[in-house]
Amino acid sequence: MYFHSFPSHNKTGDIMKNKMSFIFGLLCGFLNGLFGSGGGTVAVPCLEKSGLEVKKAHASSVLLIFVLSIFTAIIYFLNGNLDLGLAMDYIPYGIVGAVIGSLTLKKISSDILKKIFAIIIIISGVRILL
Amino acid sequence: MNIIIGILSGIAASMGLGGGFILLIYLSVFTEITQNVAQGINILFFLPIAFISVIIHLKNKLIDIRTVIRYSLAGLIGAVAGSFLSAYLDTGILRKLFGAFLIIIGLKEFFGSKIKKKPQEN
Repeated sequence: MYFHSFPSHNKTGDIMKNKMSFIFGLLCGFLNGLFGSGGGTVAVPCLEKSGLEVKKAHASSVLLIFVLSIFTAIIYFLNGNLDLGLAMDYIPYGIVGAVIGSLTLKKISSDILKKIFAIIIIISGVRILL
Repeated sequence: MNIIIGILSGIAASMGLGGGFILLIYLSVFTEITQNVAQGINILFFLPIAFISVIIHLKNKLIDIRTVIRYSLAGLIGAVAGSFLSAYLDTGILRKLFGAFLIIIGLKEFFGSKIKKKPQEN
């Protein structure tokens, strides 16, 4: 799977590919910084286009967003928008969820889960705008 | 409620399912916390969760580090720009933008899975 990128592609293809990863990387970081979330929605499809299979793309996106989020958190902190006390209301439970989620990612079909999330997200977006 | 939201967000975030949204949506829609602070909570929340998920995913060999590195540099530039812009935008405008962003992403996620069914043609 990793080998696809170098022997088979010509040079222009590689340059195009690098350009695309630069632009989408930029967009992913930008959105994640702007909204404090959401970088993954750009990262996952991009990683899939880079040739990663679906589950690998999802898992790898977590690492990418993790790295970006560290920098985002630092800047939020400098601007006085970090409140660890409030975050601690959720973090312990989140960790439980993370362990469950990571251990099951290998096994589940995420298609239905994705649709459910999509609906929740759309309804919430409408609620926020109205 | 904190427990349910926390666990759900953790599950979704660790799977890279746009789960970073769940907590932020909850904070934006159901609490009085301003958008900027809500986003800060979301980022802080994500860090330990992502850290644990990454360790487990690495063990399961689900992470392709080379590809991640390829996206990281541009991603960092974007992250710095986005984070500063976020701090300078009016919190009400930021909230509206977030709402619009959610609708776009939601629609994309809902209809997007069809595209993936296409046979891979690498």
